[in-house]
Amino acid sequence: MVRCFLIHTLCPVGALSAGESRVLYSRLFGPDEAVLSKQQLGFSPEERRLLQKEKISVVARQVRSAVALSREASGRQLVDAVPGEEALVLQDADNGVVRLRAGDPFSQEMSVLWLGVQSLGFTLACEPHENLLLAERVLRNLSRHCLENLHMLGQGSEVLLKSSRIDVLLSRLLPHGQLLFLNHRFAQSLEKEVAAYVAK
Amino acid sequence: MYSLGSESLIKQAREIQDSELQKFYNRLVKLLQVKELGHETLDSLQRLHLILCANKYARTLPSDLQQRLLLLLSSPSEQLQVLSSALLRETLPSSGEELNNIQENISQLNTHAAAVLVSQAGSRAELSNLCAQLVHGLEGRPADGPARSLMFTLPVLKSILTLSPECLTEEHVTILSKKLVDWLRYASIVQGGGASSGGFFTGSRSRQPLPTAELDGSVSGDFFTVLCVGQGFTEDQWMNVYSFSMLHHWLLTYHSVSSSNNTMDTASRLQLSFSLSHSLSNDDRSEVDGSVVSMVSATSSSSRLLPPKERLREKAFQYCQRLIEQCDRKAQKKTDTELQKACMVEAVCILDCVCLEDPSMVFRAFPSIKALFGRLSSDLSFARVLLPIAQFYLNHGEMAAVDCECVWKLVFGRFPAELFNDSFLAHELLRFLRLNLESLQLRAPEFIRFLPNLLKFLAWDSSAAVDDFVDLLPSLVTEGTAVEMFHTLLDLPCLSATLVLQLRSMSLPISESSSRGLLSLDAFRNPAFRGLFLFLLRVETGSGHTIDRLSTLHDLLAEAADWPRVVRCAQIVPVLLHIYFNTVVTVADEKLLAHLILVMLERSSLLLAIPTYSKEIHRVFSCHLLRLCKLRPSLVVDQSHELLEFAGTTVNVYSKEEIYTHVVWVLGEYLSVSSDSRCSVTHITSCFETLEAVLFEITSSAPPPGTVCPAPKVITTLMSALAKLASRSHDLIPRVSLFFSKLRTAAKSDSVIWCADEGDLVAIVTRGEELWSLLKTPGVAQSVLTPPPHVLTPRWHRDTNLAMPLQLRVLTRLTHSQ
Repeated sequence: MVRCFLIHTLCPVGALSAGESRVLYSRLFGPDEAVLSKQQLGFSPEERRLLQKEKISVVARQVRSAVALSREASGRQLVDAVPGEEALVLQDADNGVVRLRAGDPFSQEMSVLWLGVQSLGFTLACEPHENLLLAERVLRNLSRHCLENLHMLGQGSEVLLKSSRIDVLLSRLLPHGQLLFLNHRFAQSLEKEVAAYVAK
Repeated sequence: MYSLGSESLIKQAREIQDSELQKFYNRLVKLLQVKELGHETLDSLQRLHLILCANKYARTLPSDLQQRLLLLLSSPSEQLQVLSSALLRETLPSSGEELNNIQENISQLNTHAAAVLVSQAGSRAELSNLCAQLVHGLEGRPADGPARSLMFTLPVLKSILTLSPECLTEEHVTILSKKLVDWLRYASIVQGGGASSGGFFTGSRSRQPLPTAELDGSVSGDFFTVLCVGQGFTEDQWMNVYSFSMLHHWLLTYHSVSSSNNTMDTASRLQLSFSLSHSLSNDDRSEVDGSVVSMVSATSSSSRLLPPKERLREKAFQYCQRLIEQCDRKAQKKTDTELQKACMVEAVCILDCVCLEDPSMVFRAFPSIKALFGRLSSDLSFARVLLPIAQFYLNHGEMAAVDCECVWKLVFGRFPAELFNDSFLAHELLRFLRLNLESLQLRAPEFIRFLPNLLKFLAWDSSAAVDDFVDLLPSLVTEGTAVEMFHTLLDLPCLSATLVLQLRSMSLPISESSSRGLLSLDAFRNPAFRGLFLFLLRVETGSGHTIDRLSTLHDLLAEAADWPRVVRCAQIVPVLLHIYFNTVVTVADEKLLAHLILVMLERSSLLLAIPTYSKEIHRVFSCHLLRLCKLRPSLVVDQSHELLEFAGTTVNVYSKEEIYTHVVWVLGEYLSVSSDSRCSVTHITSCFETLEAVLFEITSSAPPPGTVCPAPKVITTLMSALAKLASRSHDLIPRVSLFFSKLRTAAKSDSVIWCADEGDLVAIVTRGEELWSLLKTPGVAQSVLTPPPHVLTPRWHRDTNLAMPLQLRVLTRLTHSQ
């Protein structure tokens, strides 16, 4: 199961310290870990929510540092792109996978797949025994739709103001964190639904 | 991409004033009271979402607003469902009763409302309740009805199952297993959505539904799977996709559900068994759809009599076999080709899972797995598919008496050598190693031969792989591999540089000479140095521990010292060396440890010249030299010749200060009869003379050009070592006294050429004085300078001198009032 999907910054953000990442969209799937933990920690709902937010920022930070290292090692230069070049930008995007140990921050070990598109990162944290080939495919697909539907290559803030579009996208392509084996026909059918929603 | 506009929006959302927020809430409530919810409402809801998300601290919405949002969850408009779901998930949960109201109408539940229920569930009981309702909703559904609306049921159940399998009961497992069998094996094989063969001029003529097609365009001849296409899809075909997507996980976890059998009384148990047999004959689609005889399942007619879980396993088996066959077809679209790869991985994993539960299936599964391996093993682009196949071979190869050597040769021999730069393959292969270490050591112990190959992952992407190697390294260090591993770890940055050169060499044409000053690339291509690089790139152990011309290699790779990959690699080597040494002391005998000390001394000057690399490595060496000698003091006497050779070379004082200090210290501490009875007076005397010579030399002449004065620690360590040796062989004491008096005289002059700091000189001289006065009473000197072990190890209550004060202290504390 995919535990969370994030969109976050990979570039330095003025208000944050170096290495921190601003999370623009986050979605956690499944019940709250803190409710089900073996130890009866007795968190209040506020504390549980805070814990979830902290876990998400830990994931974002780890990915940010992994991306920075990867980009430095490969020595590639980032070229600014303009709206309309989504397919090209996605092709050029660097990607990778990070291992998060059990407890840091999720209670089980996680494989975190990331896709770095210019200064923003798309991240999928899933359980290691999941089909990572499929997860990669789903992540790429989700990123493509987000880039197109939210005009993310431009200077707008639709990713913040139209987050319901991402919710609908996830409800079709990654319902409740379930990776789906969709051939092109099934995918087309679902994408039509999403497009219909966005058009409204 | 990330603009200042976005940043300021977030800032505004975080800093919104309470009064303004209350006004916003009120406006929103008014907007929601209107029957027609227009753009402004949607916009405001979205803005509220931003305000709630922007802060990690939760906000509570006013209860009337919360109530309205709960009502919106069941609104017919999806936009309102989505927004209200997102908002409710961001706020603190409402009280149980409100959520129960939603749950009551389970057939009205939509996917967004379900998301709220799952994420806001406050206890395992609530989740169990939800699961029970969802499962029963699936069970008793009429054939017609809003088809797609309950499709989210399977993903929700899976998400709960992942974190808390106890939320489902055995009964639920039975029901779900039966439904899964239906959807997986007996989904309709005609296209849905009204696709017909009439074309444009359909009219009232035959609207025969078309059969589904395979990915290469041909007509499907067997049951429906995720690799079948059509113009539209029926509801059970959708459920086929959802079922397969969760099948693997289901098979892994359905054993850990809570068994409610002990709470069931006889009556309900009877009822369950009645309903089981009832459903086996009624709900079972295999009766209805008997026309489809699957080519895969020709012998499955008896499977109807199996209990549900076993039946599911059988059907899963058939499904996976069919998928594997389907993956042999050439898909018309590229995206489907990629899906085929993912399907192959999933199918093999499920087959592995099924065979682990029911070993009798191994003989049926192996032929297709073997055929798949044969088909894919020559194509490196299928490397990631071959890993689950290797897992299958590892788990079941022994039972099927199949020779797996070709598999290991491919996975450990070829993949790391040719695909080291594929980060996903590296991740999965290293994970495979980590999870199966014990099994590999038992069934394929020769995998350790491929050690140099496996380290290529580490050399290429050190930051990603170091975590895995921290877990793996202890098992890879054995008596046979210890020395070679040591050399390889020290030269890991060289391997890193070589891999970079290898890739560059493949992409740049040969004619292009070192245009960017890549002398190392020229060297890589030069036949004269081929042997050096080939040794680094070797695939298996056994061709020697290291090479003679290491220094040549280091010179050739000098310009790689600032490449990011090489620098990163150099940073992780000390960490791994610590783990290496911690492990090696547990597996090595004294002979091996002695050899390692020699290697340490030898390699301390044979390292790639990266800034701070030598220093870090020397620090690790010093630390572990100390630990080794403390563990086996006789090593010092054993290797005294080599240690003395090192200690007697004055140049080492300046170039390898830290190691030198520690070598001198261990010599002083452990070169004695109490460590090893073979230690004779000649040993002590020759050691003394060597150290004395060096000490005289460094305290009478200036440091060689280009080096700094030796740190006071070196000098005081030398002095202490001499004093310790003299305390064991009293004829040497006068010579020590001679040195100390010379030292005192020299210090009386203003400055000395071998010591830069005044304070340091004073410290050295003071130490000298202390040692000298100690040596005036030779009998005491030995026990002070080298105390016997029972003095150093505290014996607490076993020591009668110490016990009394401790006992009194305890009694006092007990009897004193708080």
